[in-house]
Amino acid sequence: MEIIATRPKSLTKAQFTYCPGCTHGISHRLVAEAMDELGMRNKTMGVCPVGCSVLAYNFFDCDMAEAAHGRAPALATGMKRARPDMHVFTYQGDGDLIAIGTAEIVHAANRGEHFSVFFVNNAIYGMTGGQMAPTTLPGMKTTTSPYGRDEKDIGYPIRACELLATLEAPYYIERVSLLSPQHVIKAKKAVYKAMKFNKEERGFTFIEFVSTCPTNWGYEPMKAFEWAKENMLPFFKLGVFKDKSIEEEGK
Amino acid sequence: MADKVLMKGNEAIAEAALRAGCRLYFAYPITPQSELIEYMSKMMPKVGGTFVQSESEIAAINMVYGASGCGKRVMTSSSSPGISLKQEGISYISGASLPAVVVNVVRGGPGLGDIQPAQGDYYQATRGGGHGDYRNIVLAPSTVQEFADMAPLAFDLADKYRIVVLILSDGLIGQMMEPVEFQPAKTEEEIEELGKQHESWCMHPNEDEPNHHHHIINSLELDPNVLSDLVLNLEKKYIEIEKTEIRFEKYNISPDNEILCVAYGTAARITKSAIDELKKEGKSIGLIRPITLWPFPSEAIKQAINQNVKKILTLELNLGQMIDDVRLAIEGKLPVDFMGRVGGLVFSPEEVKAKIEEIL
Ligand SMILES: Cc1ncc(C[n+]2csc(CCOP(=O)(O)OP(=O)(O)O)c2C)c(N)n1
Ligand code: SF4
Ligand SMILES: [Mg+2]
Repeated sequence: MEIIATRPKSLTKAQFTYCPGCTHGISHRLVAEAMDELGMRNKTMGVCPVGCSVLAYNFFDCDMAEAAHGRAPALATGMKRARPDMHVFTYQGDGDLIAIGTAEIVHAANRGEHFSVFFVNNAIYGMTGGQMAPTTLPGMKTTTSPYGRDEKDIGYPIRACELLATLEAPYYIERVSLLSPQHVIKAKKAVYKAMKFNKEERGFTFIEFVSTCPTNWGYEPMKAFEWAKENMLPFFKLGVFKDKSIEEEGK
Repeated sequence: MADKVLMKGNEAIAEAALRAGCRLYFAYPITPQSELIEYMSKMMPKVGGTFVQSESEIAAINMVYGASGCGKRVMTSSSSPGISLKQEGISYISGASLPAVVVNVVRGGPGLGDIQPAQGDYYQATRGGGHGDYRNIVLAPSTVQEFADMAPLAFDLADKYRIVVLILSDGLIGQMMEPVEFQPAKTEEEIEELGKQHESWCMHPNEDEPNHHHHIINSLELDPNVLSDLVLNLEKKYIEIEKTEIRFEKYNISPDNEILCVAYGTAARITKSAIDELKKEGKSIGLIRPITLWPFPSEAIKQAINQNVKKILTLELNLGQMIDDVRLAIEGKLPVDFMGRVGGLVFSPEEVKAKIEEIL
């Protein structure tokens, strides 16, 4: 019998604590598969955020640290500087990365820290029960924007990839989505590329996953995918925002 | 090696930290500690270490968290407003039982305050300025030499107990120049060895597949029963520290003492001058100078209350913070008087002498 799909070695056997239909499981798997395929597990340390993925240290089977809310890039900086011979990644939600942790991510990117950031944009604060996030869409109702996000009052959602791409130092920045099998296949390639650049010590790499939170959006998982395709993708455009390998390799 | 060099306190502590094997330092500039970060920026590359000027004190302490989680000797420093920002990280580092050294060159507060020496951060330092049940070891130097000597001590204590050691200096000791003699510098091999003591728990990915492990640096535990056990384990460590790590200086303690002073850091230095003057006039005043502010030398203070002591005088450059610990220590046995200055003002030896004469 031929095994064509199995649990990546870089994931532990612990059962995910995510809601049914949540895309956190897919993004975990993509990161773990890249670690497996690149043979990085025994040379990698990860940082999990405060958010629904706060327990990700139980899921990634490598040495892991749990950061305070938003501080993962600072921890990762300390870890990579302490062990430059090892590889480091962070896994962060939108509230974590582009609200409370804005300073940490911007400056880690600006220093061109040699680690990878996996950014789960589900346009909401999942863990705390569906409050407004810095990525919540205009008009979108959440438990703290019960009349819909009023961009004139609270501002527009922040596009993290575009923001970070204005900096000189980052090596590779791409936004992918997890909203269909085709999207996941593309996302897998991007994650692999980021981790490969990480392994090759090329610089700061950043992957944003346009994700879903069916529970707090109040949609069934399939409806959540459709909603995100219709509403999130026009605002959060998929694509590569920076890729220094293109110049370096003269392609 | 035994040659003395004239140095500012802030530079001396930086040099001593490097010699003690600190190879990672993260900080954000602030007066009156900027000479420390500047010294590190100059010298760290020369010893092959890491210096990062972070975007904030919050980031700096979290970089410390990450590096310490890898088992390395790491330090940050700041002055009062910056130390307030570090409290989040200090709480997490304490919860995760990590070693770290933090230097506070205290200035006048609250708020932005001023940049003169003060002792207004005593409560924050000794009560744990962050959230949750935890303790930091707090060391208070009163000379540049002692400030420098506290670097190796702080790293050793931090490593031994996996605890945050806070060195509570002030703007005067940070800025003042005094002759210092340094302990010999650790070799790179010795530093490497020091890191190994943490291998059973720290993050250190192992390239050997059979030796793969899954070490987690964490302060989260959602099961209250398990968290309770974790906090009670921290308490065991704190009790052990209270038993073994109390440090203090006795100055002019004798059965003739009529007044017992308690003061730390700069305030103690000035008090000593006043005591010397009074001695010339035949008046016997004793001083207990806590060197560890936590654990606090309560027993030493109690024991120093000789039969002739009529009063205790606590002297601080604040509104009266350590005085609470002094009162707790003596359990109401004697009246406790207070002399303080705030706003970055410092009392003079003459003023202290006058105060003592007034209450004699
Ligand atoms: C300092 C601090 N503030 C607030 C919180 C509460 N909190 C926990 S998770 C969270 C939001 C997380 O949202 P996000 O980063 O988008 O992750 P998600 O759960 O959506 O994956 C908040 C506000 C906290 N733990 N710490
Ligand atoms: S609350 Fe949302 S983001 Fe969190 S696990 Fe559930 S579906 Fe996923
Ligand atoms: Mg979110």
